[in-house]
Amino acid sequence: MTSHTILYLDDVSVVFDGFRALNNLSLFVDQGELRAIIGPNGAGKTTMMDVITGKTRPTGGTVKFRDTDLTLLDEAAIATMGIGRKFQKPTVFDALTVFENLELALKAPRGPMACLRWVLAGEARRRIEETLEEIGLTARAQDRAAILSHGQRQWLEIGMLLMQDPELLLVDEPVAGMTDQETEHTAALLRRIAGTRSVVVVEHDLEFVRALDCKVTVMCEGSVLSEGTIDQVQHDPRVIEVYLGR
Amino acid sequence: MSATTVTLPATPRVTLRLVLWGAVLALALIPLLNQLPESSALHVGDFIVSVTGKWITYAILALAIDLAWGYTGILSLGHGAFFALGGYAMGMHLMRLIGPRGAYGHPVLPDFMVFLGYQELPWYWLGFNFFPYAFLMALFIPGLLALIVGYLAFRSRITGVYLSILTQALTYALMLAFFRNDMGFGGNNGFTDFKELLGMALNTPLARAMLFYASLVALVGSYWVCQRVSISKLGRVLLAIRDAESRVRFLGYSTTQVKLFVFVLSAVLAGLAGALYVPQVGIINPGEFSPGNSIEAVIWVAVGGRGTLIGAVLGAFSVNALKTWLTTAAPDLWLFALGGLFVAVTLFLPRGLVGLFSRKVQK
Repeated sequence: MTSHTILYLDDVSVVFDGFRALNNLSLFVDQGELRAIIGPNGAGKTTMMDVITGKTRPTGGTVKFRDTDLTLLDEAAIATMGIGRKFQKPTVFDALTVFENLELALKAPRGPMACLRWVLAGEARRRIEETLEEIGLTARAQDRAAILSHGQRQWLEIGMLLMQDPELLLVDEPVAGMTDQETEHTAALLRRIAGTRSVVVVEHDLEFVRALDCKVTVMCEGSVLSEGTIDQVQHDPRVIEVYLGR
Repeated sequence: MSATTVTLPATPRVTLRLVLWGAVLALALIPLLNQLPESSALHVGDFIVSVTGKWITYAILALAIDLAWGYTGILSLGHGAFFALGGYAMGMHLMRLIGPRGAYGHPVLPDFMVFLGYQELPWYWLGFNFFPYAFLMALFIPGLLALIVGYLAFRSRITGVYLSILTQALTYALMLAFFRNDMGFGGNNGFTDFKELLGMALNTPLARAMLFYASLVALVGSYWVCQRVSISKLGRVLLAIRDAESRVRFLGYSTTQVKLFVFVLSAVLAGLAGALYVPQVGIINPGEFSPGNSIEAVIWVAVGGRGTLIGAVLGAFSVNALKTWLTTAAPDLWLFALGGLFVAVTLFLPRGLVGLFSRKVQK
């Protein structure tokens, strides 16, 4: 483990009723790295995200964020430490406006009393407006999230991630259901975000993964099958076997 | 704050505020009109004063339920328990004030204790002869119970129908406990025969008017507190928890903490309502804990319109007005009407009575 490693998973297993969703998985992500994770359905990609964010407790193994053991913390504590997660199905708060969704995600004291006394000051407003600009939703700021299109909801959710100011972003299938143009826009957005933060993207769309232009990890049956550039993994015989063989 | 005000056009908000203050003013007139000679056309009978005073306390209970259910999605079917506990705390004070005027004439012990052969006052009755202490207990005990139950339930992530069943069981268990004579709370007779409060003889027009105004002030205060919460960022967090709790957790909010805060605040408001209710109706017994009461209070909120404060208040007044009229006109029909009302509102008016008016305001 180098000093640049931000996320460290070693020998992690998750067993549900005898089914090994994760099987001695080891994965290291560096600071500022953009990483794509691909794999067939049931490879354990979402379970891996659940383990990192505290939704699922691993049956065995080590999960560390810098030097902190994540297996001892709950979702809220992990999120506050600087790990943000975008879900596969975009979940934004429909009853609130786009602006309010971002305001809720903005890094600020999270206790009930702090929320009660919260006043939206200039600096916070400026950050929200910047993010609105970045995700291209400035014109929709006062609309309820319920009336956004699918792509816009995905971006709003990425925007909410940015507001949390995380060091590590976990992004689950960001371009599912997006048009080609939206997909391109999203790839550019994620490339821009990486560098200052680490980003882990789980995705099925290989064209999109190619556009991300980063190291790719292939997962299968709960462990890592192959790692390298998109061209390397696409020519790895074991990967071909898994994707086309059976 | 600014973000919320922008979403609503200015005119309906101003109109709403005018209507609200108008309604408060109209209510405030009731005890005054009661003072007019009976021959006057504007005279309002004693019955109206006492029944409206009672409804005001119900409206506070409705606000408490709305904050938990309408805003945060915590459907408590046991809020009547917090109301009743507040009522019992006030009842204990009123019992202590009877002093030697009881039927047995004992200087300290209330009648039922003499009857049951108590030699001295149980320790938990000490201090209740002081009004400030009793009043604080009326808020503190419901709050403490909500803190314990809420902590255990929310920490274990008990939500939805399971939480409803849990709270329902809680109020039922308390009802059975309070029915027992050896609890020291008067068993199934509860407390009654109150004489005075804060030096005022109860059952006089003055006491009635004072309790009425105290309730009205408490209602306005509770409304203000709930509104403060709902327009703050906390209010937005509550709505977010109601709609997608796990997502809020992944944003770094401890939803357990936030829900606990709301649940305790809600229980304290319910306790306040109970404490104001008991001196007005002159009796408190374990029947107040019955699950039906809690469910009825939830129906007020559903009928008025959950998730809006004005809806909760409107619901409490309108359903109880209907109840007062119907239980006199056709007592057997009341429960059918209540059930039918709930079904009808759920099917045809999911946003309650308020939804009828505000359809144009909120698209």
